[in-house]
Amino acid sequence: MKRFAALLDALVYTRSRNAKLKLLADYLRDIPDPDRGWALAALTDGLDFPAVKSSTIRNLMTVRVDPVLWSLSRDYVGDTAETASLLWPGPDIAEDPPTVSEAVDTLSRMTRANVMTELPRLLDRLDADQRYALLKLATGAMRIGISARLAKTAFAQAFDVAVEDVEEHWHGQQPPYAALFDWAARGAAPPSCEDLPLFRPFMLAHPLEAAELDLSDYAAEWKWDGIRVQVVRVNGETRVYSRSGDDISGSFPEIAEALDVDAVLDGELLVRGAHQGREEGGAASFNALQQRLGRKTVSKTMLAEYPAFVRLYDVLILEREDLRPLPWSERRARLEALIPRLDPDHFDLSMVIPAATFAELATIREKAREDAIEGVMLKRRDSAYVAGRKTGLWYKWKRDPLLIDCVLMYAQRGSGKRSSFYSDFTFGCWDGDPDDPANGGAQLLPVGKAYFGFTDEELKWLDRHVRGHTVNRFGPVRETDKSLVLEVAFDSVHHSKRHKSGLAMRFPRIHRIRADKPAHEADRIETLRALVRD
Amino acid sequence: MARDFAWIRPEPHGIHVVPADCWIDPSHPVARALVTHGHADHARGGHGETVATPATLAIMELRYATREGAVPVAYGETLRLAGGVSATFVPAGHVLGSAQILLEHAGERVVVTGDFKRRPDPTCLPFEVVPCEVLVTEATFALPVFRHPPVEHEIAKLLAALCANPDRCVLVGAYALGKAQRLIAELRRAGHLQPIYLHGAMEAMCRLYERFGVDLGDLRLVGDVKTPDLAGSIVLAPPSALNDRWSRRLPDPITAMASGWMRVRQRARQRMVELPLVISDHADWDELTQTVTDVNPGETWITHGREDALLHWCALNQRRARALALVGYEDEDD
Repeated sequence: MKRFAALLDALVYTRSRNAKLKLLADYLRDIPDPDRGWALAALTDGLDFPAVKSSTIRNLMTVRVDPVLWSLSRDYVGDTAETASLLWPGPDIAEDPPTVSEAVDTLSRMTRANVMTELPRLLDRLDADQRYALLKLATGAMRIGISARLAKTAFAQAFDVAVEDVEEHWHGQQPPYAALFDWAARGAAPPSCEDLPLFRPFMLAHPLEAAELDLSDYAAEWKWDGIRVQVVRVNGETRVYSRSGDDISGSFPEIAEALDVDAVLDGELLVRGAHQGREEGGAASFNALQQRLGRKTVSKTMLAEYPAFVRLYDVLILEREDLRPLPWSERRARLEALIPRLDPDHFDLSMVIPAATFAELATIREKAREDAIEGVMLKRRDSAYVAGRKTGLWYKWKRDPLLIDCVLMYAQRGSGKRSSFYSDFTFGCWDGDPDDPANGGAQLLPVGKAYFGFTDEELKWLDRHVRGHTVNRFGPVRETDKSLVLEVAFDSVHHSKRHKSGLAMRFPRIHRIRADKPAHEADRIETLRALVRD
Repeated sequence: MARDFAWIRPEPHGIHVVPADCWIDPSHPVARALVTHGHADHARGGHGETVATPATLAIMELRYATREGAVPVAYGETLRLAGGVSATFVPAGHVLGSAQILLEHAGERVVVTGDFKRRPDPTCLPFEVVPCEVLVTEATFALPVFRHPPVEHEIAKLLAALCANPDRCVLVGAYALGKAQRLIAELRRAGHLQPIYLHGAMEAMCRLYERFGVDLGDLRLVGDVKTPDLAGSIVLAPPSALNDRWSRRLPDPITAMASGWMRVRQRARQRMVELPLVISDHADWDELTQTVTDVNPGETWITHGREDALLHWCALNQRRARALALVGYEDEDD
């Protein structure tokens, strides 16, 4: 428990992702089984002790500490487990702390009837940091900024295995993941998962940087703007997974119900509409899909108003046959043959763009913005389906970004590597008539915020500019004298009720600093509004 | 006990000793001030006359560049003030020169602690328990979650981090008055004799401590060395410099902070601290309640901090208490 508590604390105070990975990897390598497996489960929300809840801790404390002092303390600290760990009248140094496995074992045997006597016995054997670790482990809510993905990456790093393999073998394993450690740490055969509807890691694309590709080697498809999903059906059980491997079947029950072939399919989750690619594109904007994301229960109205479907890109496994080693062209043929067997309301095929030459494709792509399509994908025809992002196989060729000249209005310090620098910028476009001072003249209207796109040198320059041109401070925010023009790049712009300007940019970034341009020559809000394709 | 202690009146900007017409730690300029210690929220400039210990006066002179109106008073010395009031300065154990002030008038005794702690501190004299009828106490860390660990633990943690990262430096945020010198003295006591590097804003105060006989060992300025030479060293800076551009020159610093607030994880996280050191110059919950018990006053007045909890504790223990709601004292960095 001592090492686990030290790990948790180190993770709480560490901000850099690489440093967190190292801490986790060192722990997973150094600590014996099954402790490390239980710890991993605790960090990835894989544990549940029905008898120990946050309310249990509260009840436990209020019989030991005056209730007023408890609630004043809880209010101040802002975390029940931490408050309890600090208030528990335990030793400064723990003489005989239990191991993580022992703690997990004891916690799992607790019942509602005995938890009030058993939990104190455990707490009495721990020091304050260990009590915090135990209570966090027991109640789940870690909130220390460790995603499951980060934990898996650390696992891969610890044992020098591919993170895609970890992803693949992880699913279907139960804590303390003995088979997973046997495989990664001791070279045993990977755990079998053929009979379970498990997530398989996605094949991903690099941005296209080469000037040209030979279309006899690469096939082109549209890049649809939804969310990438994997639909998996094994032995009649179906799951829908997001790109990160999260099970989102609950939010899209109609998709899970519609698949009646055992298969693993890769595609884009979209909502029916006529926004992307107009009528024949058949897909609504990303905004429409957003209405459906993150819902635990889905009403009939939702299902009717935002009908979802999956536009298929690929087939990984079909009726127990693993197609991933086959070249794309063969998988594509299998997918095309499969389509007629699928429910057409919920599955269709992502078309291959009929372009003979790269130049022709470039012309077709030019039109993509008019059709509100994000861009083009290029896939090597002879490539197997390989997890992760391998160079030379798949490329995304997004349409060129839109550009607009804005005026810097406010700046805030960044976090992480940008900490202490003014690096979060709010910028605006002109509104109002400059020749009509009676109505306020020209005014800047904030249109967006960006905190990347610049080089380290440009960041230093911007930081100096903000410090030298501050006219006002509102807490951490500095208002500048609005003299600097920034060329902002963005993917698209949409109507939005959440912003005063009525517009929301997607993926805005600082493209260029236009110190040469006077602020009054920056763009007007009408220019930005004209770029909306909702 | 129908006495109302009308001769001593808590006002929003300080404690007014009415018959002597003087103020304790007033937050704006007055004709005559009695000052408990040199921290800026207690020791403001611009008073006609400032009564304080010689060390506190020296600290104020360093801050405000004037000794005008300074009236030194030694620990234990009793000063006769106007209106039949006498004042005695007693060590408070908070920082160099810090004092509690015992006020006596018409047979009644009131002790104003100022800021204090009960733990040993190599840079100042220890707190003394002074019996009285009214104890006016601070309550900065008056919540039962605040239990400062032994300082040796925290120093060991700091030295372990230094040892484990020979290519980095440990940058410790610490108050320039008190905390910095105590930290240095404790490091020396733990056998760390290497040079310790200072942010420019800390040098003068360290030299002042040395003039008052506190040995701090080999101190150097960050500005005087090439930054790669700082790897493997401890660097001290005021908390405000921790996440500022100043610290960017340091070789991959581990950001530490020495403060009682570091007991709470989110407090440390908000300040981007990687290595929290729970070292405080204020009394923790146990010290506060122990002090009320030891002094055993008829009434406890609580000046600033988390007075709700201490007030409630007094009620639970059948002790008369009231909160004074003074303005201007808050110790975000201790």
